[in-house]
Amino acid sequence: MKIQQISMFLENKPGRISEPCKILAANNINILTLSLADTQQFGILRLIIQDWQKAKEVLEREGFIVNITEVVATEVEDKPGGLAKILEIIEKEGLNIEYMYAFTFRSGDKAVIVFRFDQPDLAIKALQSKGINVLDSVQLYDKANQ
Amino acid sequence: MNSLPFENRIWDPAETIKPEERQIIQLELLKKVVERVYNTVPFYKTSFDNLKVKPEDINSLDDLRKLPFTVKENLRQNYPLGLVAVPKDGLARIHGSSGTTGKPVLVAYTHKDLETWANLCARFLVAGGLRKEHFVQISFGYGLFTGGFGLHYGVEKVGATIIPAASGNTARQILLIQDLKPDVLICTPSYALNIAEQAKQTGIEPKDLSLKYGHFGGEMWTEDMRKEIEEQLGIKAFNNYGLSEVIGPGVSGECYLQNGMHIQEDHFILECLNPSTLEPVKEGEYGELVFTSLTKEAFPIIRYRTRDLAYIDDSPCPCGRTTKRMSRVKGRSDDMLIIRGVNVFPSQIEEAILQVSGIAPHYLIEVTRPGVLDEIFVKVEIQPGYISDKMSEMQSLRDRVLRKINEITGLHVNVELLPPNTLERSTGKACRVIDHRKIS
Repeated sequence: MKIQQISMFLENKPGRISEPCKILAANNINILTLSLADTQQFGILRLIIQDWQKAKEVLEREGFIVNITEVVATEVEDKPGGLAKILEIIEKEGLNIEYMYAFTFRSGDKAVIVFRFDQPDLAIKALQSKGINVLDSVQLYDKANQ
Repeated sequence: MNSLPFENRIWDPAETIKPEERQIIQLELLKKVVERVYNTVPFYKTSFDNLKVKPEDINSLDDLRKLPFTVKENLRQNYPLGLVAVPKDGLARIHGSSGTTGKPVLVAYTHKDLETWANLCARFLVAGGLRKEHFVQISFGYGLFTGGFGLHYGVEKVGATIIPAASGNTARQILLIQDLKPDVLICTPSYALNIAEQAKQTGIEPKDLSLKYGHFGGEMWTEDMRKEIEEQLGIKAFNNYGLSEVIGPGVSGECYLQNGMHIQEDHFILECLNPSTLEPVKEGEYGELVFTSLTKEAFPIIRYRTRDLAYIDDSPCPCGRTTKRMSRVKGRSDDMLIIRGVNVFPSQIEEAILQVSGIAPHYLIEVTRPGVLDEIFVKVEIQPGYISDKMSEMQSLRDRVLRKINEITGLHVNVELLPPNTLERSTGKACRVIDHRKIS
């Protein structure tokens, strides 16, 4: 049920974020979504990519250190209260969210929230038991490619 | 581990005379050398005259402080042999410092100087366990550099057998150690580690080699490095100090107690001065080492500012030698940064980052003064396995570096984490500090 996320540590300097993007573009690899966490000195770039194995390979070939982590993608109604409902479940379970980000698909009225948990399996169980749609990678990329 | 049958042997009776007696000898010799340089070396005549000081003004050891300093630039200006105090036909050898740029700084020796030098090296070699029956591998460069030849004649003086392997070709060094089974290794501390590392890579356990003692010098090293060398090679590692401008190795060296280097005070007077005020520091406080040679014929030197920072220990040493001891050199006064009035050495920053796991041993220090206060930025690289997608982990790694630097230097610095392989690697002398402050 978990999704592979690529992350990279970047110096916070002009041009640093475009380098990996250019490499991915040159290899015809599409980024589904991304999130950047930054401080004044450095940033952590997180990418959701369907062919993450290939992305990792081409980035590493260019000298980048690439980490793969497992994240949880949930589908929510793209309307007021959609996210709040999920957060309430997580809160009640006492689960800690390391970070999260959201995106929408081109079609449909659903949004996807990507969560990074320390205990993803516990989180998935809790969410599913309350009827939240947790996407596996097949579902995620199917929807994305519609 | 090898057993270390240490008998505390003393090479030269001069090492154990009463300090008061030594001071009488020092004053006598000081008067003589001052008079000699004044009358034979134009540079010294001019620099004495500039301060309006005459040889007859030296009537006590404290009067040394009336004399002008000599700095490396003076040696450069008098290239090649302008500071030599004997006629050319009295010379026996030329050596030089390994200047990284431009012309080397040259020094000269008479036959008697070479004899003195060998004797001084013999003192610390014997203090650190060398015996006549030993085999000694010298893996220092033989050439203008004083390390190779200096130690060579010291070992010869003691009567031990020399393997003059010289530096480089580590595979052959290891082969010679395996086949000739030397007891003693002489080289730079980093080369000793290099030999150990390469031995391991070729499936040889360095601890099982024949070596029992090592005499290391020629570069700065730390107590941690000593432990590492001793563990890896299964030896007792001794520190010695010297510089070509003063004589070469043999200026000071450790006894078997490894607790400070005995200074050969019957041949050199050592002052330890605050590098900014040039006033003596209190005993036990770090200061710049300033040497005056007492017995050298060809290249006497007066109040030579070494830029090396160490402290002097005046307390008696249980080994019986009555000379003062100096600590290992912890930095150079020209590398020293003054940040908001606090003295900081790049070596301290290095020490700090080496203690934080997850940080590579490469760094760059940048100093700026955006307003009235100095700011220091330390750029360090994360080791690949320690990169995380979590901000909290990256920030706590940065905080660990920050706290360690604060613990060691007392300074609050800014730490910048960099991805692996970001900082420029240098093949020669690494540039570790960039000072952007414009201070006129």
